[in-house]
Amino acid sequence: MKKVIETIQLTKTFFLGDVKVHALRGINLTIYEGEFVAIMGSSGSGKSTLMNLLGCLDQPTSGEYYLNGVITSKMTKNEYANIRNQNIGFVFQGFNLLPRTSALENVELPLLYDRHGRVKNPIQQAKDALKKVGLADRMDHEPNQLSGGQQQRVAIARALVNSPSLILADEPTGNLDSVTSVDVFSLFQELNDNGITIVIVTHEREFAKYARRIVEVKDGLILDDYEVKNRLNAKEDMARLKHDESVVVVEEKS
Amino acid sequence: MKWKNLFKVAFKSLLKARLRSLLTTLGIIIGVSAVIIMVAIGEGAQREIEKQINSLGSNLIVIFPGASRTGGVSRGAGSFNRFTMDDVKKIEEESLLIKAISPIIRSGGQVIGGGTNWNTAIYGVSPSYLEIRDWELEYGEIFTERDERARSKVCVLGSEVAKNLFPNQNPVGEMVRIVNTPFKVIGVLKEKGQTAMGASNDDLILAPASTVLYRLSGGRYIHFIYASAASIERIAEAQEELRQIMREAHRLNPGDDDDFTIRNQTEITEAASESSEVMTMLLGAVAAVSLIVGGIGIMNIMLVSVTERTREIGIRLSIGARGSDILIQFLLEAIVLSLLGGLLGILISIGTIYALNEYSTLAAELNLFVVAIAFVFSGFVGIFFGFYPARKASALNPIDALRYE
Ligand SMILES: Nc1ncnc2c1ncn2[C@@H]1O[C@H](COP(=O)(O)OP(=O)(O)O)[C@@H](O)[C@H]1O
Ligand SMILES: [Mg+2]
Repeated sequence: MKKVIETIQLTKTFFLGDVKVHALRGINLTIYEGEFVAIMGSSGSGKSTLMNLLGCLDQPTSGEYYLNGVITSKMTKNEYANIRNQNIGFVFQGFNLLPRTSALENVELPLLYDRHGRVKNPIQQAKDALKKVGLADRMDHEPNQLSGGQQQRVAIARALVNSPSLILADEPTGNLDSVTSVDVFSLFQELNDNGITIVIVTHEREFAKYARRIVEVKDGLILDDYEVKNRLNAKEDMARLKHDESVVVVEEKS
Repeated sequence: MKWKNLFKVAFKSLLKARLRSLLTTLGIIIGVSAVIIMVAIGEGAQREIEKQINSLGSNLIVIFPGASRTGGVSRGAGSFNRFTMDDVKKIEEESLLIKAISPIIRSGGQVIGGGTNWNTAIYGVSPSYLEIRDWELEYGEIFTERDERARSKVCVLGSEVAKNLFPNQNPVGEMVRIVNTPFKVIGVLKEKGQTAMGASNDDLILAPASTVLYRLSGGRYIHFIYASAASIERIAEAQEELRQIMREAHRLNPGDDDDFTIRNQTEITEAASESSEVMTMLLGAVAAVSLIVGGIGIMNIMLVSVTERTREIGIRLSIGARGSDILIQFLLEAIVLSLLGGLLGILISIGTIYALNEYSTLAAELNLFVVAIAFVFSGFVGIFFGFYPARKASALNPIDALRYE
């Protein structure tokens, strides 16, 4: 099977004045096409640092990172930008949408920076991405007119719009309530079922069970790496939650 | 990124902060319109002065009492010989290169006529004065040599005087009292229009020089001598000839300085337009400073905007914008802002110049070259003052920019 991600002894050290912070201390991680990996770990264990390296938002202090079989450590800044634009969709905990900008324009944004001439009709492509995340009727809404879950869906649509081979999401449900979180996971499961490789950071064990594989990180090292047994289906959970809600409502009425 | 998209991104950002964009560009608007309006007013004044001096007639030579002032020190009145009718007569008799000559005796006072009164200037001149000035008569005729010799109490009214004393009628043949002396009106001058220098060529009365000299001013002296050279090609020779005659008339020894000044029309025009050119340049320079201040204003706001929009820059970088895309976006924003400011400034200045010409006595002349320069300059202001903030924005690391609070 094709390797999407392969890291060899990846380290990242931050320098705060004289103090060195070893955020990553040698990560060896291989992720194959079509996988759905959940990265878990306590706060400060280095999950975000790892995601930023995988997303080509930051460069490692040492070690190698092969993306789709291509080594990234010798790339220029512009090649990094191209990879972010073409190969990776990044979803943040804080959504990171442009304020006072419609959902459609937010989703269209990566297409505007496309320099490969692949994009024939950016607006149509952005509309299709928004339809995929179920926001066809919210295209003209600006972020402050959308709920948290909807904003995250817009962000996911933006990550999807360039049809990347890899989606990286750093605690995408960190700012959302549990029902909305399950809803967002159902979207990720659906995308994964369609063949997109997904790496997601979460520190909720039950959400991690929506993934196929769990990687546990501690103090900048991989502590554990295993297949998910009894994988959960977010769509079913969603249906049950809705049913429970209606039951609660019915009980209140009686 | 395609240029079309770059423009799209830059325009959208500007439109999103309309008020700030407008305030940012206000400095440029004011700077550009100030430059254009100031230069227009300066050039309008210059043109006006030139027009007036040209209206003197191109063969004109003026002789002023007193040495040329270019030395800086002008001797006090009385230390120089004033002109007399003898000087005028001597020139008339001896000059070969002068075709007409007239003394000018300035007087003034109240004129009563047609049941009303009017204060105006009275000039004692010779009959050839009209020819020298290239003036024409509306009614009647000018006085003659005989009137001059006889000190006749006849006069020619300027059109404004005629209008005020004898509205809607031909005053020829009427009597007026000039400072209590009765004069007969024998002619009226054609209207020559308003002058910007203040003195009107219509609000005056002409009378024979001898009459004014002996009956009104009671003195012996005349204030200027106007002469008309026989040909414009030989105007310098005519000036030299006049100089020799005047030196002789004033009995100056070979080593003495002239106690009079001779100027021809071109020299007067040059001196006047030179000084108004300096004024135009000064006005323009002061206004240019305000344009630079406007540019600094743009830089200021762009710098604030880079800091304020660090997250936005981070977002753009994270989805694949290159540093150069960010650089060009910010640079374009600055250039679009300043060009827009330039354009608005041009529109405002054109409106102002139109209003000045229409509703005020100031004459302003739109200089298209200055308009073009101001517009191009405002573009450069955008590039120059936008570059530093844009560079700053483009050098950001995506993750640092995203982390920025
Ligand atoms: N830009 C940075 N400068 C200095 N230290 C950092 C920086 N980013 C992360 N760190 C440190 O690296 C460690 C890992 O951080 P992070 O990857 O954000 O953890 P997690 O996402 O798992 O909570 C932490 O100790 C954090 O303080
Ligand atoms: Mg984190």
